Amino acid sequence: MSDSFDEMWTAQGGLRDPYEYVGKWFDDQDPSRLRAKQREAEELFRLTGITFNVYGRAEAEERLIPFDIVPRVISAREWQKLSRGIEQRVRAINAFLQDIYHRQEIVRAGRIPVEMISKNDAFVPNMIGVTPPGGVYTHIVGIDLVRTSENEFFVLEDNARTPSGVSYMLENRETMLKMFPELFAATRVRPVSDYPRALHRSLAACAPRAATGTPTVAVLTPGIYNSAYFEHAFLADQMGVELVEGHDLRVVDGRVAMRTTRGYEPIDVLYRRVDDDFLDPLNFRPDSALGVPGIMDVYRAGGITIANAPGTGIADDKAIYSYMPDIVEFYTGEKAILQNVPTWRCNEADALAYVLDNLSELVVKEVHGSGGYGMLIGPAASKKELAAFRKKLEARPGNYIAQPTLALSTVPIFTRSGLAPRHVDLRPFVLVSPEGINITPGGLTRVALKKGSLVVNSSQGGGTKDTWVLEE
Amino acid sequence: MLGKTAGGLFWMYRYLERAENASRLIETGQRIALTRAGNSDDEWASVLRTAGVHDGYVQKHDKIAKETAIDWMLRDADNPSSVLASVEKARSNARLVRTALTHDVWEAVNGWYMDMKEALARKVGERDLPKVLGLIRQNHGLVRGATQGTMLRNDIYDFTRIGTFIERADNTGRILDVKYYVLLPTAFSVGSNLDNVQWETILRSVSGGGGFRMVYGQDSGPREIAQFLILDRRMPRSLNFCCSKVRDNLNFLSSDYARRLPSLDLAETISGRFQTHDIDAIFDYGLHEYIQDILSALRDLGRQIEIDYRFYE
Repeated sequence: MSDSFDEMWTAQGGLRDPYEYVGKWFDDQDPSRLRAKQREAEELFRLTGITFNVYGRAEAEERLIPFDIVPRVISAREWQKLSRGIEQRVRAINAFLQDIYHRQEIVRAGRIPVEMISKNDAFVPNMIGVTPPGGVYTHIVGIDLVRTSENEFFVLEDNARTPSGVSYMLENRETMLKMFPELFAATRVRPVSDYPRALHRSLAACAPRAATGTPTVAVLTPGIYNSAYFEHAFLADQMGVELVEGHDLRVVDGRVAMRTTRGYEPIDVLYRRVDDDFLDPLNFRPDSALGVPGIMDVYRAGGITIANAPGTGIADDKAIYSYMPDIVEFYTGEKAILQNVPTWRCNEADALAYVLDNLSELVVKEVHGSGGYGMLIGPAASKKELAAFRKKLEARPGNYIAQPTLALSTVPIFTRSGLAPRHVDLRPFVLVSPEGINITPGGLTRVALKKGSLVVNSSQGGGTKDTWVLEE
Repeated sequence: MLGKTAGGLFWMYRYLERAENASRLIETGQRIALTRAGNSDDEWASVLRTAGVHDGYVQKHDKIAKETAIDWMLRDADNPSSVLASVEKARSNARLVRTALTHDVWEAVNGWYMDMKEALARKVGERDLPKVLGLIRQNHGLVRGATQGTMLRNDIYDFTRIGTFIERADNTGRILDVKYYVLLPTAFSVGSNLDNVQWETILRSVSGGGGFRMVYGQDSGPREIAQFLILDRRMPRSLNFCCSKVRDNLNFLSSDYARRLPSLDLAETISGRFQTHDIDAIFDYGLHEYIQDILSALRDLGRQIEIDYRFYE
């Protein structure tokens, strides 16, 4: 797409301000040296074991997410505006969750139809009337942003369940520091390495009533075959806490406790990377072996903090997304700083008719989908794909939303024939605790490696970049 | 520390040790095959037996031949104790206990795994064998060095040591178990050429030739070899040495946790035997029975450690 906004170059081919140094520097380098560096980066990632497992393959296969050596640069001014918008949005999401699991004022006020809540699969009735320790629902949030012009950023989706990718943000920076120290010596890039400490502090600040002394934090993983296992181990390691699986845990004396070499020891805060459905076979899916029987009862009695709280998925549901401007306004009394992408809810007859008429122009997504699975990109789809999707849409309109195809901004990647623009998005990571909201400057930039492609998901062949926020 | 983590560390270091021991056995077998005409196939049978992979091998192959035996030991997908499988299992355990390891140790294990995936992707030809065997030893050296140089001396370290030395004791025990007969003092074969080769095989399979000569001189016989591999306190692969390390580390755990558990009693009994017996008493008791007693006591000890430190639910 030639009409996309490129973040490094102006239409006349000049370098934009934030890229002034980096752009020149890459121009001055010998391409063969850069190629060697690119290979070196790959070696580093492989040795560190920064891999993800691919879903839906018989043999558990570990793959590297491709890493591109050209950093994505964001100016201090741009970041300031973004972070204000992110903070506002995350506050609104927490207020929304508190509200819908209590008095549902937003429904009473007529801003959201009641069936959007009551008929929503992501609404967890067990959470009605429960206030999590510290009043925090989403301890960790990832807000996916896309840029379409100099001053236009849109929120593509909110990740309020268990956003992943933060380990790549950290390892990408470590890799760049090892490979191009000279670049960092000449530019002032805001550090990201404080994230694990901030995460630990943030989680510990949400300890439950039952906690005594320094809170014990643990990370709950589905196990070594999970696609994000590397990240789970990485975060536990960096925080200096235990990485547990369901079978390490059981309820002992009204607390959730882990089996240690010295017996069972209680956990105060559990950063779980297991979905709601699998968390507690007694309260949710009875066939789950990944969770802890009875953990929800301990939770409701104030014996443990679960991060994120069960039931937060309703806030990142793609149908609820379309109400986000109202949600922000309702709870903060301010206009949303970050824009929403215009969204057609296909369960509404007018909207469905419009979507069906304009299918080849639109992006259609499953309401509960993620990872780029099950979505249609109209302009890139064949006639056959369009026809097949039309049938799905007509059969279950409530399962879909549609959005215009955005002209995502591009940032160059390093290719065999030099620097070439590719589409990107950005996932900043946000921590919420009673002490406040902490946003790591930058986040994870995902990049579609194929020319012209708009799909940046790693499961669909996307790569990542180091993301720089410059100091003032 | 999680019980699961303790178990993962224990097995990780057992598998690492197992991979190196297998490489040493292959090297020994290869050496014999090269220096002796004729029936080296018997030698491969005893190599397979020592590695505990003989039964699996004969289920798949009709006859024992050098090339298939080496492939079985190195990389055959049907052999769960091949070098490749051991390194894979070690790495899988390392992934499980990633938070208990330093970066250096993890990278060394992962690097070994990557080397093995490449080097053992296909059958290893005779010309490449020394290089591949060297790669196994070199990588284990890196892991060991990273472990010693970067890991805290706490309960985590204790479990790595316990795993290492139980596996090593088991390996030395098996070597003696399979070859005990060449060490028996019968008037008939003493000093024959056959025995010299067999004795050398035993010493080679524990990389002990140099150390042995340093301690006992050139002209020592089976009694000294048995003494060296069972009782010697300086030899890092002797049963005495390995078992006393296991006891020491269980002892550290015991004082660290301020709790004495049954596994320590078992370990003290085993290592106590080496203090009270001399080699003549062992021969009097029966070398073979003695070795089998020790191997069985080590198995019991392994099971008790698993229970005491809650490896599993």
